Amino acid sequence: MDKLVKPSLGQSCLIVLKRDLRLALRSQSDLANPLIFFVMVATLFPLGVTPDKEFLAEIATGIIWVAALLATLLSLDAMFRSDYDDGSLEQLLLSPYPLYLLVLAKVFSHWVVSGLLLTILFPVLAVILFLPWEGYLAMLASLLLGTPLLSLIGAIGAALTVGLKKGGVLLSLLILPLYVPVLIFGTGAVGAAINGMPFSAHLLWLGVFLVMAVTLAPFAIAAALRVSIAG
Amino acid sequence: MNWTWFHKMGSPKWFYDITDKWMFWLGLASVLLLSVAMVWGLAFAPADYQQGNSFRIIFIHVPSAFLAQACYVMMAVAGAIGLIWKMKLADMAAKVSAPIGASFTILALLTGAIWGKPTWGTWWVWDARLTSMLLLLFLYFGFMALQSAFDNESTAAKASSILALVGLVNIPIIKYSVEWWNTLHQPATLTLTERPAMATEMLIPLLLSIAAFYCFFTLVFLMRLRTEVLIREKRTKWVKKIVQPEV
Repeated sequence: MDKLVKPSLGQSCLIVLKRDLRLALRSQSDLANPLIFFVMVATLFPLGVTPDKEFLAEIATGIIWVAALLATLLSLDAMFRSDYDDGSLEQLLLSPYPLYLLVLAKVFSHWVVSGLLLTILFPVLAVILFLPWEGYLAMLASLLLGTPLLSLIGAIGAALTVGLKKGGVLLSLLILPLYVPVLIFGTGAVGAAINGMPFSAHLLWLGVFLVMAVTLAPFAIAAALRVSIAG
Repeated sequence: MNWTWFHKMGSPKWFYDITDKWMFWLGLASVLLLSVAMVWGLAFAPADYQQGNSFRIIFIHVPSAFLAQACYVMMAVAGAIGLIWKMKLADMAAKVSAPIGASFTILALLTGAIWGKPTWGTWWVWDARLTSMLLLLFLYFGFMALQSAFDNESTAAKASSILALVGLVNIPIIKYSVEWWNTLHQPATLTLTERPAMATEMLIPLLLSIAAFYCFFTLVFLMRLRTEVLIREKRTKWVKKIVQPEV
């Protein structure tokens, strides 16, 4: 009789993480589309509002943050969708390990292929939108703290709507109001930095939200997944 | 402590029967309180020395804003009770309270805009309180949209309860964050929270009005909940008896 090799909790989280990252890397359009969207939204503003350099510099913070938010939103629906369709999500639910930790691994892999890449890409947008140099550091820090929050909060919505045929628009409706604090503190930090004021308070608040979300959101995601699968 | 009443609440029939007696008195109280509060507030309370007569809208605005928020908390608590104790009635309560809460939120936003035009000279300001109320409205819409997206009632109730609870965490965050966000740009001169110490002649009709709105809310809530009970229990004998007594 074959002896089943049972991976430890940490190993199983790592397996989930590796698998999701590999899947994301193999479907390159899913990986690239939100990033292209991120850049394209930002180019629409100079064309649609004004190419004026000073005006753009003033609204650059908001544009970058809103574009990042929308790009994340675009990638959210795919977070559990394919796993739900091919049944591997049920296997995840049936595993003997606490679901909220496995889910956390999934959210982390989503952040790596969405939020982290957006953060790396932000200087491109900052240059074409003439973001003042003083704002770069704050923008980097706020995106690093804020985008994981977007993934965590968004995962709750994705988990709630995964059982539905048309979850896309509904997902944005559910999640956008919850994104507002992230947007406010993210842009607040950059705005303060550009005006030469201390911006650590905004970043600290983002950090507080992040800690809260890492602690609490996985429970909501796990509960939502159980509801979606059972229903 | 005797918890029988709590378990009884799990029975839709028991609830339907007991609220039957309350409806008349609730309706009477709402009509009486509303008319007294509105006539007193809108006609007899003295005009404000700064805002003149335009301040009178607070007799509608403040109670509806109160209820808009209280209703969300109630909805989330009912959702939590439904999730934890699997109580059918709690699921229904969460479902029926969302449109009422959304209506009160819209009423608060509208009366606020009408008051803002003569006082601030604009229909809308991106002020802390206004923005947070708008977000509250979106949260209600999200809850209602999710509720209606599922075919299965119990799945809909569970999913939307989770959303309501998540949104509940967000409510204080939204409120305060927007205040901090705005104080960076401009000093918060226009907040509805800092009410000047009111004269008693104004305070009494305001309190009456709040009481009236709470009565009215309970009345509408129970009416909707009773209807929902009838719809969901339509296959049971006791509902058939009520709907078609002769058969």
